[in-house]
Amino acid sequence: MNSKVKEPLFHVVKRDDITRAKAWAIRLVAILAALVVCGIITFALTGDNPLSVYATMVTGAFGSARKTWVTLQNVAILLLISLAITPAFRMRFWNCGAEGQVIIGGLAAGACMITLGSKLPNAVVILLMIITSMLAGAIWALIPGLCKAIWNTNETLATLMMNYIATQIVAYFIIVWENPKGAGKIGIINQKSMVGWLPEVGNKYLLSIIVGLAITAFLYVYIYYSKHGYEVCVVGESERTAAYVGIKVKRVIIRTMILSGALCGLTGLLLVGGINHTITTTIVGGQGFTAIMVSWLAKFNPIAMIFTSFLIIFLGRGAGEIATVFELNQSFSDILTGIILFFIIGCEFFISYRIVFNKKKGGNE
Amino acid sequence: MSIRAPKDAYELGIGMVHQHFKLIDVLTATENIILGEEGKLNIKAATAKIQAICDKYGFDVDPNKKIYNMSVSEKQTVEIVKVLYRGADILILDEPTAVLTPQETDKLFMVLRNMKADGKAIIIITHKLNEVQEISDRVAILRQGEYIGDLITANTNAQEMTDMMVGRKVVLNIERPEPLNTPSPRIVIENLSVVDAEGVQKLKNVSFTANSNEILGIAGISGCGQKELLEAIAGLQPVTEGSITYIDESGASKSLIGMDPREISNMGIALSFVPEDRLGMGLVGNMDLANNMMLRSFRKNSTPFTDRKDPTHLAETIVSNLEVKTPSIDTPVRKLSGGNVQKVLVGREIANSPSVLMTAYAVRGLDINSSYAIYDLINAQKLKGVAVIFVGEDLDVLLQLSDRILVLCDGQVSGIVDGKTADKNEVGMMMTKLGGEDANE
Repeated sequence: MNSKVKEPLFHVVKRDDITRAKAWAIRLVAILAALVVCGIITFALTGDNPLSVYATMVTGAFGSARKTWVTLQNVAILLLISLAITPAFRMRFWNCGAEGQVIIGGLAAGACMITLGSKLPNAVVILLMIITSMLAGAIWALIPGLCKAIWNTNETLATLMMNYIATQIVAYFIIVWENPKGAGKIGIINQKSMVGWLPEVGNKYLLSIIVGLAITAFLYVYIYYSKHGYEVCVVGESERTAAYVGIKVKRVIIRTMILSGALCGLTGLLLVGGINHTITTTIVGGQGFTAIMVSWLAKFNPIAMIFTSFLIIFLGRGAGEIATVFELNQSFSDILTGIILFFIIGCEFFISYRIVFNKKKGGNE
Repeated sequence: MSIRAPKDAYELGIGMVHQHFKLIDVLTATENIILGEEGKLNIKAATAKIQAICDKYGFDVDPNKKIYNMSVSEKQTVEIVKVLYRGADILILDEPTAVLTPQETDKLFMVLRNMKADGKAIIIITHKLNEVQEISDRVAILRQGEYIGDLITANTNAQEMTDMMVGRKVVLNIERPEPLNTPSPRIVIENLSVVDAEGVQKLKNVSFTANSNEILGIAGISGCGQKELLEAIAGLQPVTEGSITYIDESGASKSLIGMDPREISNMGIALSFVPEDRLGMGLVGNMDLANNMMLRSFRKNSTPFTDRKDPTHLAETIVSNLEVKTPSIDTPVRKLSGGNVQKVLVGREIANSPSVLMTAYAVRGLDINSSYAIYDLINAQKLKGVAVIFVGEDLDVLLQLSDRILVLCDGQVSGIVDGKTADKNEVGMMMTKLGGEDANE
């Protein structure tokens, strides 16, 4: 019989197992490869020395004490959002609504500051801000959660759509509360009285960082050592197994979405009450989606998320600095970030699979 | 020459009929058979060609019938015709008889003999040695992925084949030990009816009693309500009508209707269930052994935290007592072989000291050694006084192991026979016709 089948040059084999060291080695190689490619592209397009470009990235993130603190604060916020979606993701509930859950939490905090700022003592306002922001985030996540639990609707679509509603609600209230009138924005809330401004711990950046680390520790224990965390994992792996051992699947979905949304709301509180003291429709800046990548890259492990969120923020801030220092277009730094992320995500393929090259053979066997 | 895709295999004249059919339910037999063919679509010509193949070998199938209207045996026929239609000269059949009644198996073997007479090469994969002897000319024996040897079927016997499969001498009889105590009713089911979520009646007026100190076998062709019956008892399948009553050692009775698995266990009823879908229901494939042990026990302590010590200890005990082959107890169970997965699941379920043990297809896909290990475990439970409900597909095993056999047919009780005296053909007929009457026409 004639062979019509060509022997391909290589084929892909699923790896059985890979040691942690080897996996990290692959990731390291990927980052180095990404830097080389970025260097070539930088040189080809701009003629600038790639090494000094990279040095600028580091300066951009850590060039001064202030820059370092801002970097760490940004890491904390991205980390918090990533942590917030993680319980849902471990349940295989693809919560793409962090953006909306954060902003609605921020709106709740802002509303307390604006409407109650002159009526109640500062401590009470802050307490109400904490409660309402977490409640608002929880409700925003609960709605798609209930739809999924009761009617088995697609959670990705529902959570995505909730983002748009949240943004439009914020846009509406910005007009209601605009200050000064006709400015089309709210401006700094309670600039003089500073009511509802979250207290500074040490310096104005540290509060978010402390909250971020505390939530990391909490979620680590919750996911790996609590009964709730175990139930979340079983429901995510197989709802049939969960029912078989008497886990109430609907209750777990609802409970987990409330937790996920409340943590998002808490992040919104930090953004509005602690960092910006105002609210805009772009205050979350797409981090609700970046968080999905951070969480995935960390394999849903809260501790690993510290590193992945750091990596993303570092790249972003470094790339921004390049654009300013070398007077390049902002898009250029986006290109570099894109290349690096492509390599980092792409290398996960080589962690799960390996390439086997076929030996050259003379004709048919 | 290497084969990289099913297409390559077809070009070489090799076709395979998988254990799990690869058919599209909403298409007709013809449409399924020509699916994937390139060139101009001509259903009429294809139907004629299919009819010719059917007539030639004695297949009994309507090319225009939709798959979802077909019985399991018809679907299998479509799979075989598909392979022949593509011009295969070498046919591979993976466990083709697992889903068939004895009568349907005879019919399949008749067709296979016709194909052999026509010059086709047929490879049949089976775990039933009597079928090997009935249908094959030569038999190749594999053990754990290793080729052990091949024999002329006529010159060998079941004992020799088994010894080669296992690698040492084994006793081929399944024991049916006498119970140590007199059986007494444990689960009483009266007029049970179940309509599933799609509105299909799965069980109709089912009544029977499962006794302690006894193995109650349940026979029936696949999909005739075994799954729904066990799940209804376990509290996983809502019941439309009827009653399920649990009677404990002291004679007190409790109704299980409307209870979920957690409520049943909260009532102090140790009901163990080895479901058909081991990795999709009984275990979590991606979790390691200890975490899988935790599925049953994680609620036991009163803190919000899980205790990993006891489950880890249980996993270690099961690995050593049941000789589970695993690199470690931290290995995800999906990486274990079928037999070892089943040992882990059965081990966990009996660790609970059950008073009722339900098993569905407990030895499906297992090698002989593991199968006998499972039979021994089940017998040991019976001797401890447990009421065992054993859903099986191999009638020979059911007849050797069970004290009584409940035969289901299309969601109804076709009859209950005594395992010691029942006849295989009689049970086979009861599986296809209620009460087994008129099956000889």
